[in-house]
Amino acid sequence: MPQLHLKHLHVAIEKKSILTIEQMSLACGKIYGIVGPSGSGKSTLLRVVNLLQKPLTGTMNYWGEEVDLASLSHAKALAIQRQMAFVAQQPVMFHTSVFDNVAMGLRYRKLDRKTIRERVSEALQLVDLADRIHQQAATLSGGEAQRVALARAIVLNPRLLLLDEPTASLDPANVSIFEQVIKGIHQQRGTTIMIVTHNLPQAKRLADHCLFVHKGRIVESADTSTFFDQPQSQELADFISGRMIY
Amino acid sequence: MGLPTEVLEVIWLSLQVTTTAVFIGALIGIPAGALLGLYSFPGRRLAVTIVYTLMGLPPVLIGVIVYLLLSKYGPLGSLELLFTPEAMVIAQVVLVSPILAGLTLSAVQAKERTYSETAKSLGATPSQLVWTIVKESRKGIWAGVAAAYGRAISEVGAVMLVGGNIEHHTRVMTTAIILETRMGHYETGLYLGLVLLLISFVFNSFLMMGVLEQINAKRRKM
Repeated sequence: MPQLHLKHLHVAIEKKSILTIEQMSLACGKIYGIVGPSGSGKSTLLRVVNLLQKPLTGTMNYWGEEVDLASLSHAKALAIQRQMAFVAQQPVMFHTSVFDNVAMGLRYRKLDRKTIRERVSEALQLVDLADRIHQQAATLSGGEAQRVALARAIVLNPRLLLLDEPTASLDPANVSIFEQVIKGIHQQRGTTIMIVTHNLPQAKRLADHCLFVHKGRIVESADTSTFFDQPQSQELADFISGRMIY
Repeated sequence: MGLPTEVLEVIWLSLQVTTTAVFIGALIGIPAGALLGLYSFPGRRLAVTIVYTLMGLPPVLIGVIVYLLLSKYGPLGSLELLFTPEAMVIAQVVLVSPILAGLTLSAVQAKERTYSETAKSLGATPSQLVWTIVKESRKGIWAGVAAAYGRAISEVGAVMLVGGNIEHHTRVMTTAIILETRMGHYETGLYLGLVLLLISFVFNSFLMMGVLEQINAKRRKM
């Protein structure tokens, strides 16, 4: 059974169609790379899956539970959102310590202090920032802040981790740490991961399966080696080879 | 007037009236501002326009309205509050509540765009989301409290009308300054003016230094 199945999804902003997906399925425990030109609808897809953006139409089956995305109640949305975690391209840090930032989602879930302390320490160790636990998050570098944002997501132990161009503005060292953590989490916990990236080698390194989104539609979806080595559509071939102008 | 004890009495009453008024005003204005800034409901735009209009309400007009409400034949005349410190507090609450609501509204709206999605994606309930944004807006809200305090403690028209500037009862710094100046006691008037300025300086410094934030941080570590 797929972990997530989207059907008849249509997203529009001010009557302009942004994303249309007839069917999309994610299997449990895989890493999905979402690639495509800027403005193709990749980030919108992640935001819709994380229930941050309401589509005009569409249903989502999440672990066997089918919901209508266009008319989802707050309570139902919250219950689903709490099984996911999202890391945006630009990390938003709350004006408090690194510890409090990472603990934020756990506090929302009203976990006890001891559990929060243990899980935050563990998450910060994973992103190699355990020594910054009491530092004000606002004083972190961009790369460190993004790693804190990743710790803040993985500390929730999500079933589905959504990453929206998380390494787009990071230096190679931070990219490497970031990718190692993602791989580690995936291997240890079997977390399903969707990563939007413009970095095609990164998609090759990380993803089991890739989707090519172009002009608001999923043009191609295949396992990573087939996706890059034998693209079926001309658009994907052009995109991979850098011939696509957008 | 001119005796240190009398001056201290006037200063103390000013602080009491203003602090009480700002405290009550904050209890009304901050939640109202957060509500207007973070929730959509029918009539919200009209409510926001009214709040912004009330921010510029002339204190003398507030004084007249509160005076009429509290006067013997007014709807609240039976409470016998006219020419008491309580009447002055009421007038100042009416003065500062819209200021606090308006500045809170601006502060939370500025932060809402940035923090709302992050908090939601971390699993915040609607009330946790509002609390998170209010916390992130605390600097703006404290600036609103400072502005409201400054406006209230330096206000003269409303407190003169509803307090009556009665010696040992409702005389505060601003009404005392007017009285002393009219009597030709310019030194005392200036002295009280400087005290007003000093109070404003100390209050704002306290807020700007983030003392409250540090206290909170220490409490969390404990």
